[in-house]
Amino acid sequence: MPRLCALCSAQRPILKRPKTGQQICKTCFFHVFETEVHNTITEAKLFQPGDRVAIGASGGKDSTVLAHVMKMLNDRYNYGLELFLLSIDEGITGYRDDSLETVKQNQKEYDLPLKILSYNELYGWTMDSIVEAVGRKNNCTFCGVFRRQALDRGAAMLGVDHIVTGHNADDVAETVLMNIMRGDIARLGRCTAICTQGEDTIKRSKPFKYTYEKEIVMYAYFKRLTYFSTECIYSPDAYRGHARSFLKLLEAARPSAIIDIIHSGEACEVGEEATKELKERKICKRCGYIASNDLCKACTLLEGLERGMANAGITDRGRKQLEASGPTPDGLRTIPFFQMNTDTPLDSASSTPIPGQTVDARIPAVVHVTAG
Amino acid sequence: MSEISLKVEFGGGLELLFSNQKSHQLSLPTRVASDDSTSPFGKEQETKALDITYLIHWLRDHRLKERVELFMENDTVRPGILVLVNDTDWELEGEGQYEIKDGDEIVFISTLHGG
Repeated sequence: MPRLCALCSAQRPILKRPKTGQQICKTCFFHVFETEVHNTITEAKLFQPGDRVAIGASGGKDSTVLAHVMKMLNDRYNYGLELFLLSIDEGITGYRDDSLETVKQNQKEYDLPLKILSYNELYGWTMDSIVEAVGRKNNCTFCGVFRRQALDRGAAMLGVDHIVTGHNADDVAETVLMNIMRGDIARLGRCTAICTQGEDTIKRSKPFKYTYEKEIVMYAYFKRLTYFSTECIYSPDAYRGHARSFLKLLEAARPSAIIDIIHSGEACEVGEEATKELKERKICKRCGYIASNDLCKACTLLEGLERGMANAGITDRGRKQLEASGPTPDGLRTIPFFQMNTDTPLDSASSTPIPGQTVDARIPAVVHVTAG
Repeated sequence: MSEISLKVEFGGGLELLFSNQKSHQLSLPTRVASDDSTSPFGKEQETKALDITYLIHWLRDHRLKERVELFMENDTVRPGILVLVNDTDWELEGEGQYEIKDGDEIVFISTLHGG
């Protein structure tokens, strides 16, 4: 007698769910996959009707499936969201240029407006040129800091309230492990939150927080969604790579390990002493972005690049060397001023614009918007 | 010796290790070495029916072009690579011990590439 789906008892199972061990058929798989994401969204009350939401789209598997599912759930359950695709072009030849073609294809398939913001427009540097200047050691630091700010700025340009990203359960579990291994208790307390929001910046959330990578890939496969899958050519974060391999070994031995690690992270209550160390939030004096010092991380990194002292934004020693080498020269390339899109500016004293700098509600950088 | 014809597909970036070719039409012997050795063997060699574990070894020895560690680990595929047998998760089909039949389609998809 053939095995039957654990849910409908009618069709032949095609997948063993890692989360539950259930053997289910294709129809039931699509149904539970989509419904679980919907439940995650509604239980966390992520959206309000009328919200403008940008989907951070890289062309990879997670964001491709996310765009598909967000569009479908928005229609099916009448969320009333206005959806956008937002992509960051880091300027990596042979990697990002190819994956952006996938995003453009998604844009046509889902009929969503797409905005692409590039490092080159925003910072005057591409990752290719940064790697040429700094080598392959700290390039991921530049990319990470620049991407975070670029996403917020792209979102501000689109006038959206919220960015959703394709981070999945494996990513969250991996981050929990990394924060434990690094002893980063403050981040450990925050990293499992489904939605992060300072008082000021645009909300960011992870509708796939409880969705296994295996199921995302299976969903993309059975739905025949096209995505781009090439490793970044500038070698990935080695530490994260080890955490990932370790997690995959745990998953092979016990598939619930991923969700168990997320639950452990959620159950950790971080004491006040651990979070006290977090520096008070400020506004960057040069570009208006959130900062923990007078200058935000991106402005410090950019100044280091421009002055040929790339370590300035990476090590304390580098920063001291930069300060010792004299004041910031005039005419240095800076990042366009960022106006928070908020009703309650957090620190009015330091958000005073720099004299002589054009302040615009939306950043005046050039963006190629491909209308949907 | 009789042979089994099968189709192998790579996805999720795995094809990059296999000459960037996604689809491979193969013909493999019905009986293969029990120790998964893919070189020619004599009559005294113990044999078994062609299964996925053997196929993985055969692909490594005859089709893989680079970085074996991204494909195999401990005599099977590396954790994080999904395998489908005729569009069914191989975990439902006995994984490596699944005996390949004529006309089968085996798909290998990496989940490890960036999202």
